[in-house]
Amino acid sequence: MNSMHRNRFFGGNVDWFTVLLWFLLCIIGWFNIHAAVFDPQHPGLFSLETNYGKQSIYIFSAMLIAIVILIVDAKFYSSFSPILYAITILLLIAVLIIGRNVGGNQAWIPIGSFRLQPSEFAKLATCLLLARYLSAHSTKTPNLKTLIGGITVVALPVALVLLQPDTGSALAFFALVFVFYREGYISGPWMLFGALAIMLFVLTLAFNQWIVIAGVAMTVGLGIYYFRKKRKIITSLAAIFAIAAVYVLCVEFVYENVLQSHQRNRIDVILGKIDDPRGEGYNLNQSMIAIGSGQFWGKGYLQGTQTKYNFVPEQSTDFIFCTVGEEWGFVGSMVVIGIYLTLLLRIVNIAERQRTAFARIYAYGVASILFFHFAINIGMTIGIVPIIGIPLPFISYGGSSLWSFTILLFIMLKFDANRKGIV
Amino acid sequence: MNAFFERKYIIQGIFIVVAVIIATRLFYLQLIDESYLLSANNNVLRKMVIYPARGVILDRNGQVLVQNEPVYDLLVTPREVRDLDTALLCELVGIDHEGFLKRMKTARDYSPYKASPFEKQIPAAAYATLQEHLYKFRGFYVQNRTVRSYPDSIAAQFLGYIQEVNDRDIERSNGFYRPGDYIGASGVERAYEELLRGQRGVKNVMVDAFNRPQGSFADGKYDTLAVAGDGLVSSLDKDLQILAEKLMRNKIGSVVAIEPATGEILTFVSSPSYDPNMMVGRERGNNYMKLLYDPYKPMFIRPIQAQYPPGSVFKVVSALTAQQAGVIEASTVFNCPGGYRYGGGRAIMRCTHVDGSIPLVTAIQRSCNTYFGYTYARMIDHRNLPSPESYTLWREATMKFGIGQPLGIDLPGEQDGLLPTADYYTKRYGNARWGSGYNISLSIGQGEMGITPLQMANIMAIVANRGFYYRPHLIKAIGEKKIVKPEFTEKISAGVDAKYYEPVVEGLSRAVNVPGGTGYSVRIADIEMCGKTGTAQNPHGADHAVFFAFAPRDNPKIAIAVVVENAGYGGVWAGPIASMLVEQYLKDTITLPKYIQDRIYNADLLPKQDPQKPAESVKAAPKRPTEPRKDPEEESIFVHHSMIASRYE
Repeated sequence: MNSMHRNRFFGGNVDWFTVLLWFLLCIIGWFNIHAAVFDPQHPGLFSLETNYGKQSIYIFSAMLIAIVILIVDAKFYSSFSPILYAITILLLIAVLIIGRNVGGNQAWIPIGSFRLQPSEFAKLATCLLLARYLSAHSTKTPNLKTLIGGITVVALPVALVLLQPDTGSALAFFALVFVFYREGYISGPWMLFGALAIMLFVLTLAFNQWIVIAGVAMTVGLGIYYFRKKRKIITSLAAIFAIAAVYVLCVEFVYENVLQSHQRNRIDVILGKIDDPRGEGYNLNQSMIAIGSGQFWGKGYLQGTQTKYNFVPEQSTDFIFCTVGEEWGFVGSMVVIGIYLTLLLRIVNIAERQRTAFARIYAYGVASILFFHFAINIGMTIGIVPIIGIPLPFISYGGSSLWSFTILLFIMLKFDANRKGIV
Repeated sequence: MNAFFERKYIIQGIFIVVAVIIATRLFYLQLIDESYLLSANNNVLRKMVIYPARGVILDRNGQVLVQNEPVYDLLVTPREVRDLDTALLCELVGIDHEGFLKRMKTARDYSPYKASPFEKQIPAAAYATLQEHLYKFRGFYVQNRTVRSYPDSIAAQFLGYIQEVNDRDIERSNGFYRPGDYIGASGVERAYEELLRGQRGVKNVMVDAFNRPQGSFADGKYDTLAVAGDGLVSSLDKDLQILAEKLMRNKIGSVVAIEPATGEILTFVSSPSYDPNMMVGRERGNNYMKLLYDPYKPMFIRPIQAQYPPGSVFKVVSALTAQQAGVIEASTVFNCPGGYRYGGGRAIMRCTHVDGSIPLVTAIQRSCNTYFGYTYARMIDHRNLPSPESYTLWREATMKFGIGQPLGIDLPGEQDGLLPTADYYTKRYGNARWGSGYNISLSIGQGEMGITPLQMANIMAIVANRGFYYRPHLIKAIGEKKIVKPEFTEKISAGVDAKYYEPVVEGLSRAVNVPGGTGYSVRIADIEMCGKTGTAQNPHGADHAVFFAFAPRDNPKIAIAVVVENAGYGGVWAGPIASMLVEQYLKDTITLPKYIQDRIYNADLLPKQDPQKPAESVKAAPKRPTEPRKDPEEESIFVHHSMIASRYE
């Protein structure tokens, strides 16, 4: 790497706007972590012992990491993606053996006082390898064989994460469906079909299975009546109905017999089947109270009573958005959502301006994973999705999470900065 | 760029739609639905009741009779209890495991989510250690309040006590009281409850998820301050009270001393007494039962609830009313052959001496039964009226001296005393043709007459004032402004002109200050005390010793009545006690010979022979023939505070 290269790198090819959004989210995160762990009894001075003190170190080191990533040659990432992937898989296996059990999940490897969470880095490695694999086949028309290969790349870490069992982190990999869609491996109707499947899944859990099947039958019946002249459509509608009915029964079976009881409970709370504000619903209820009580302008920095007095559990990690909602109100929430949406749309635009399939596919992977975390994390705090323990990127407290998302993002920025060169 | 470029828009579209869904949901949560703000406030807001300090009661010289002392109630919210070190808690609170389970059950039965008392009135010392460990006991917290404290342990029946409100109290107060509040249950505490209790304040405190207080809400904008109860200045003289209680130790009876010029009660002793501090704190329940079943009935307020036949003191009243009625004069002389014959000479009311011709002054001095037998006969039989009518005139004149009706002292539970109506005798004898011979014992204050020690002292105050009195009272000023109740400043006439008092006062003076007088042994050098010994008949045992007096003769400062039950002759026991108190009050010294003092201090006159039924011995009269009472319970001279309550409604 010569001085010319470095000048060009700092001279304007880096997408500074994205870096700014990243930095804003980190800073917002720091302030909200401070508010979440703030103890009015012992306000104290800045201390590295506290979560916000540690987060300062994490943010600072994340910046160093970001610089290092931007300095390292872009070729490194594509070349070494299989090795990174292999290391990650080994770590995921290792964590099952030597990991520390925190909150029922065997997800952490203790390294000194720091705890490494391999599943966070698994997303990065999977994205890189998936990009490399799909880009290698990008000259051909998308075909089933490549799709199955791609799915295998994703499925291996998912299986290992599920063994921990960390369902939340595992689910995040499903966001990569957008990558397959963008690259043409999944068609629009299949995406729609998938969306319908999710909808039926939720409906089945919310209502009696037979009611759902009856509803599907009615809809299909209307369709058959409408297309009564067209035998072909009638046949396919009938097939759809059969599939749907079997699917609904399967869902019911999985729900009753495969899911663990705490997962069932979380789903039930979201669906309103359990109204238990002190038991399973406590987290969600307190979270919604925190956000709802913020109203338009919020209660002000360090003024959130829900946050300050520890009514919301996991406040600095999974439920950090409560602090945003309570202390900064609707205005603050909109700002955070606005920054995220801008970042996501920006990443998609960045993806599309890449000259290599590898960089584009990787960027879509980044967008997908960030989108999933953003939607599910905030969605769970406001009660529109079940409570799944995943962090809010760049904002939630935690080194593993901040670093892995930063690396994820800045590798993409490195590709983008280097897009006129040859990868 | 490749074939699926346009899918970018679909993906971006999905991102936007999801962001909009989230924003819409936030719009609803934060701007439309107000309930979350309420819930958030409910989460952190706890309304803490601030108990006001109850009014302090001082004596007439500003010395403290009752004050407040902080104690701490330990509250528990069962649902919040987690990881409890039960053994440590039990040790700190001083209970066993069984007691712990019982308390937890009570609390859980009340409400798992709300705080209720776990252990009440933990003393300050025990609280100090408990507080150090309190952070370990999640779900427990402490509320402080004050309890009464009596620095000198005196005047128990006068001050009364407070207790937790019961359901009836709460109902009656229209919700002013809440469970756990305290209310004055007897004595001054009850009589002045509305003034003493003060006003509760509310403090809005924020708590964290573990219900630990975290500071005030909205900088105390919605807090209300507790207003302390009014202080009371009592008429009691603390030093005199202490002396009187010391003198009455191991004796059953009463001491009442009144300042005649104001009606202020200087000393109010009901003996046996108890330490008022017993009615405070955690042992209260046990102590209360102990007192309730004590055979000597310490909770019986003898000065206003015990009734005795007045004996000699009534002769004073009789001499005055007879003069006012014009049936005798100061110079009227009757012959005393050692007794008064009546009923056509068939019956005799014996006198203690044979005095021959005796004028009024001497009759008072020597307490001549014969003289007052004649006087009574003139009042009833010689007024050219049917007997019942003259009896009614006599009764009305007598009642003006405060006999047979409550004086209206500011203490609950005062008894009327006993003075039968004419109807009672008409009914008893079947017709209206009865005369003085039918109830001649009334002439010397025996028989169907009952009078409380307070009434006795008040008669002395009337004589001291030569014709009037102020309602005897225990509280001379209320609050910071030293308000005096108007009913205590009203001069009440006894209906006898001042000029008729002189022979009576002279007779009383001679009884003490002339050699041979019944009170000569307890005379006070340099002070002309006017008084008399008396004996109250007791059909159940030894007679009660009585001494009543006022001093000095001119411009009297103190009127006093002393009753020592079952002590026999009044001069031996009641006289020295009265004399010592009067001298102490007027001269701040006691000159009575030391051996007499020691005899009084060391005497133990508690009835030993039959401690099971001592109440019997103080019963006023065998029957209560006035207005027939409906409630047989009322027969009992022991009045429980709850009965007082019902009577005062």
